Amino acid sequence: MTTAPSATAPQKRSFTSAASVYVNERTSIAGFVKELGRKAFPDHWSFLLGEVALFSFVVVLISGTFLTFFFQASMVEVHYDGSYVPLKGVEMSVAMASTLDISFDIRGGLFVRQMHHWAALLFVAAIGLHMLRIFFTGAFRKPRELNWVIGFILFILAMAEGFTGYSLPDDLLSGNGLRIIDGMVKGIPLIGTWTSFLLFGGEFPGTQIVGRLYTLHILLLPALVVALVALHLVFVVVHKHTQYAGPGKTQQNAVGPPILPIYAAKAGGFFFIVFGVLALIASMFTINPIWNYGPYDPSPVSAGTQPDWYIGFADGALRLIPPGWEFVWLDRTWSFNILVPLIVIGIFIVTVLIYPFIEAWVKGDKREHHIADRPRNAPTRTAIGAAGVTFYAGLWAAASSDILATHFSLTMEGVIHALQAVVILGPFVAYFITKRVCIALQKKDREIVLHGYESGRIVKLPGGEFIEVHQPLDEYDRWKLVSYESYAPLMIRPNARGKITVGQRLRASFSRWFFEDRIAPVSKGELESGHDTHH
Amino acid sequence: MTRQKRRTGRRHPLATVALLALGLVFTGGAYAALSNGTTAQAEVDPNSQQTIEEGKKLFQANCATCHGLSAQGTDEGPSLIGVGAAAVDFQVGTGRMPMQMQGPQAQQKPVQFTDEQIQQLAYYVASLGPGPDIPSDHLVNGGGDAANGAELFRINCAMCHNVAGAGGALTEGKFAPPLTDVSGVHIYEAMVTGPQNMPVFNDLNISPEDKRDVITYLKYLQDNRSPGGIELGSLGPVAEGLFIWIFGLGAIVAITVWITAKSN
Repeated sequence: MTTAPSATAPQKRSFTSAASVYVNERTSIAGFVKELGRKAFPDHWSFLLGEVALFSFVVVLISGTFLTFFFQASMVEVHYDGSYVPLKGVEMSVAMASTLDISFDIRGGLFVRQMHHWAALLFVAAIGLHMLRIFFTGAFRKPRELNWVIGFILFILAMAEGFTGYSLPDDLLSGNGLRIIDGMVKGIPLIGTWTSFLLFGGEFPGTQIVGRLYTLHILLLPALVVALVALHLVFVVVHKHTQYAGPGKTQQNAVGPPILPIYAAKAGGFFFIVFGVLALIASMFTINPIWNYGPYDPSPVSAGTQPDWYIGFADGALRLIPPGWEFVWLDRTWSFNILVPLIVIGIFIVTVLIYPFIEAWVKGDKREHHIADRPRNAPTRTAIGAAGVTFYAGLWAAASSDILATHFSLTMEGVIHALQAVVILGPFVAYFITKRVCIALQKKDREIVLHGYESGRIVKLPGGEFIEVHQPLDEYDRWKLVSYESYAPLMIRPNARGKITVGQRLRASFSRWFFEDRIAPVSKGELESGHDTHH
Repeated sequence: MTRQKRRTGRRHPLATVALLALGLVFTGGAYAALSNGTTAQAEVDPNSQQTIEEGKKLFQANCATCHGLSAQGTDEGPSLIGVGAAAVDFQVGTGRMPMQMQGPQAQQKPVQFTDEQIQQLAYYVASLGPGPDIPSDHLVNGGGDAANGAELFRINCAMCHNVAGAGGALTEGKFAPPLTDVSGVHIYEAMVTGPQNMPVFNDLNISPEDKRDVITYLKYLQDNRSPGGIELGSLGPVAEGLFIWIFGLGAIVAITVWITAKSN
């Protein structure tokens, strides 16, 4: 492993070599570098989305550290005396005043503040896209179920990071956002009001909340995120990366350039590209202009008050509830207009969190999977994903119902009713269409594997028959089309005691739902006979 | 010698520059004079019989179909007795009246009358009954206290018009329009007359000086671009979210495709 110090070496050792040996003799790092540096990383653009999330998180950390030097998380009232004229002399909290100072009176402050916020938005967006990629390629299957759970918790933590950050400047927008959270907490029966008073240290808004959120935002949540990101990456190394099917790519290997030097160089360069894109956006586009919003005051609410995009689905869920769902019963107010969205969102989140286990249970599949699925080859999963995306997108769009109404000259009521339909009926429509499209694409693949591409060349046979010549697939392409797994519905079988349990019946019906409609991959026998009947 | 001579007079090397400067001064001067002419109130005597007669004619030709021949109102439109000159100046001056079609709210369209005609109409309607008058220049020139105006705006106006005056939605297809290019006079008139779905902010509610401050703040927003760069319509987090998904993540995904592309 380590090179023995050679006292007899005739040639002069380079500085790099000497330094490496020095470090290695004291840390034994060579084995680690050798092991990690030779890890292969399959190359596909969608495999870089997680890195985008990681890199934007690094930008968030760097810019956030800068901001902590100047931000003061205090709700003590002061009169603003900075350089923004329309707020001069206005009474506001120190938190707001220091954020304004960052924006107007600290060199580079506005740039860094905007970069922090844009990077945060990109961070959560990249996580979302990364999760969709994992879901639709089935990269959450054994052995990666736990890493899916960790990743999903990271997504929730990222949203929490975002929301606590959104609330820190104590401007009108952030105060309105907190008021909605306060309302949601107070809507929970029995513990709601107590919890709200506990969070805010008294009646909303109190004088505590900014300080508390600041501790969460810069200490607790980032620590959790960093720890889980580390764990997430360790798992990626342990499991190897998934890869798409192809000749030479098996469940046992990972084909791609090694981390050192090619992949590391690419990833390192990519970090600076992400950093650069964020810097460019931050320097050109305003984000969260708190100077417009002004200090928080519980009375005004601006038109177009929305949360940042990742909380939009929750805001949208509240907006879609029809009127009259709050009533008094047993001398208590029951706020089902708040409870129902909370419960529905809760169920949605838990379902996404445990989806890998549900699918594994339905399949009864305990094998490891390292080859990523093409979405069409898992039609039911892809359709479930599309239904989930439609549901989420409907809630998300509802958060901007007022802006949809003004910008497309619609009535607000019309937008709300349309989105209610999208959220309730849309998933079923999306499920059905997606499943049919997937199966149709599988049929097309089958056709291409068996008969090749239509070449457009018409040939007249000696007997007078006209045929179109089909161009057969080369083996490399065929490999991609035929190597996927197909599952048949589970048969109900009595267990060792000769009984058929309810659980088994349930599992069998789920399995039927998943796999009743399926297109089996082309088998070797079919392929050979297909070649024979070449027409 | 001849060469020397050719370099003087209109053939002097700086002649072009001088000509350019002269041209710019003239166009600039003419522009200033013309734009002054459009902003300054046309010379119309509010109390003269002739103004009111002209206004009456215009009214009967263009407005009476809905508002009635003597502005008493019909099923199609409200009575205009007592709405004052300010209401007419706002509605006609912003192109909302004559109304294009019945709907949740009168839409803005190109202004149909000259300033003189609008004032004749306004003073005719004002002559029918007392109402708010067109504000004087010192109230609408934006010389007030922007900070006070901003606070008043956030408390009284932002819930419909958005904190940055970008506009917002109301119920049943109605909306609060953006205030990003509304003149001071029209903002003042809107406050005192409450056009469309807007409430009236009378002088006891918001004093004329406070109204002046509100206008000062809106003018500040109109004249000063966002210090942070392009505003994305001042629509808040929705525009920001769309931007990061479409342009931010879009650019990043394009780059990932480029990075992992196989070289040919």
